[in-house]
Amino acid sequence: MSLRTPLSRAKGLGSAKDGVHHWWIERLTAVALVPLYIWFVWGLISHAGADYETVAAWIGSPVTAVLLVLLLAVTFHHAQLGMQVVYEDYIHTEWLKLTSIVLTKFIAYVLAAAGIFAVLRVAFGG
Amino acid sequence: MAEFKLPANSRVVEGKVFQAPQGAKNVRRFKVYRWEPDSGSNPRMDVYEVDLDTCGPMVLDALIKIKNEIDSTLTFRRSCREGICGSCAMNIDGTNTLACTKAIEDVKAREVAIYPLPHMPVVKDLVPDLTHFYAQLASVKPWMQTQTPPPPDKERLQSREDRAQLDGLYECILCACCSTACPSYWWNGDRYLGPAVLLQAYRWIADSRDEATGERLDALEDPFKLYRCHTIMNCANTCPKGLNPGKAIAEIKRLLVMRR
Repeated sequence: MSLRTPLSRAKGLGSAKDGVHHWWIERLTAVALVPLYIWFVWGLISHAGADYETVAAWIGSPVTAVLLVLLLAVTFHHAQLGMQVVYEDYIHTEWLKLTSIVLTKFIAYVLAAAGIFAVLRVAFGG
Repeated sequence: MAEFKLPANSRVVEGKVFQAPQGAKNVRRFKVYRWEPDSGSNPRMDVYEVDLDTCGPMVLDALIKIKNEIDSTLTFRRSCREGICGSCAMNIDGTNTLACTKAIEDVKAREVAIYPLPHMPVVKDLVPDLTHFYAQLASVKPWMQTQTPPPPDKERLQSREDRAQLDGLYECILCACCSTACPSYWWNGDRYLGPAVLLQAYRWIADSRDEATGERLDALEDPFKLYRCHTIMNCANTCPKGLNPGKAIAEIKRLLVMRR
């Protein structure tokens, strides 16, 4: 039971003065992913059936390596931004919401770092 | 966490059937949501058979006929009966709309199903509790805010072009059809302002005479107050006045990016 007025409840903690950055970066990364994935799928199709050396050479070439690093970074950045919105929409248990958001961000950046490392390793040998 | 079933005391059960009078030829069945807070029983669907030969053309006409002639305990809001007050907003045939402007013959289903606006606390029968909705409207300060004092001898002027910016906004009658049709408002209505209130907020942002645009945008820039809108567009689909709250929300988002 609370004797707060309806207006006090509606105002809550006030505006976070935040959100436009998250929204804008989500759109920006989405736009960037369109050409990146068209290129990536085209690259996979054109190397279908190719042997290991050919594919390794393709991944290691400067243009491919740079685009792959971008693709991985943007993909996982976009994914964690999007997942955060989904959690905020549907999870109403505060601790579970926060835990899900934090874990997803950590996992996304671990996967991005691992993927980028793999590309660089192919590119620079090792 | 997620609840997939209504609580036991909220599940809707079958109700009474009120038969049409003898000799009625043009009978339509109206299935109406009934719930009384005092009885302690579950909500039920009562069926009223209405003789359309002695009834007006709109769903509200049928509800008034039911209340006058069949069952006076049926409770609903209504006032202007011409789509300008927004009182009789309810869910008819699966869509939020105004009972007074919804023609009975436009209902495709055999039975005319009538529920209160979705996902709102119910006061009784078809009357939803809109306290929070109105408080959210008040929170966006839906009135003109200025620093410049008005001219002493006349009203604040607005050019025809500036006035045209309010078309598609000023017509909103705050019936709450759009907000209560929005899944984001269902799940996060405690914090998300919802399409109706955001359209009202934009109505003042777009008003050339208002001088608090920046403060208004400040107050809206929030992951929950504004950015729960995911352009589902149920708001524009359901609006009985044919407005597009989704577009108004998109304009607010555009202005927030522009001022960065």
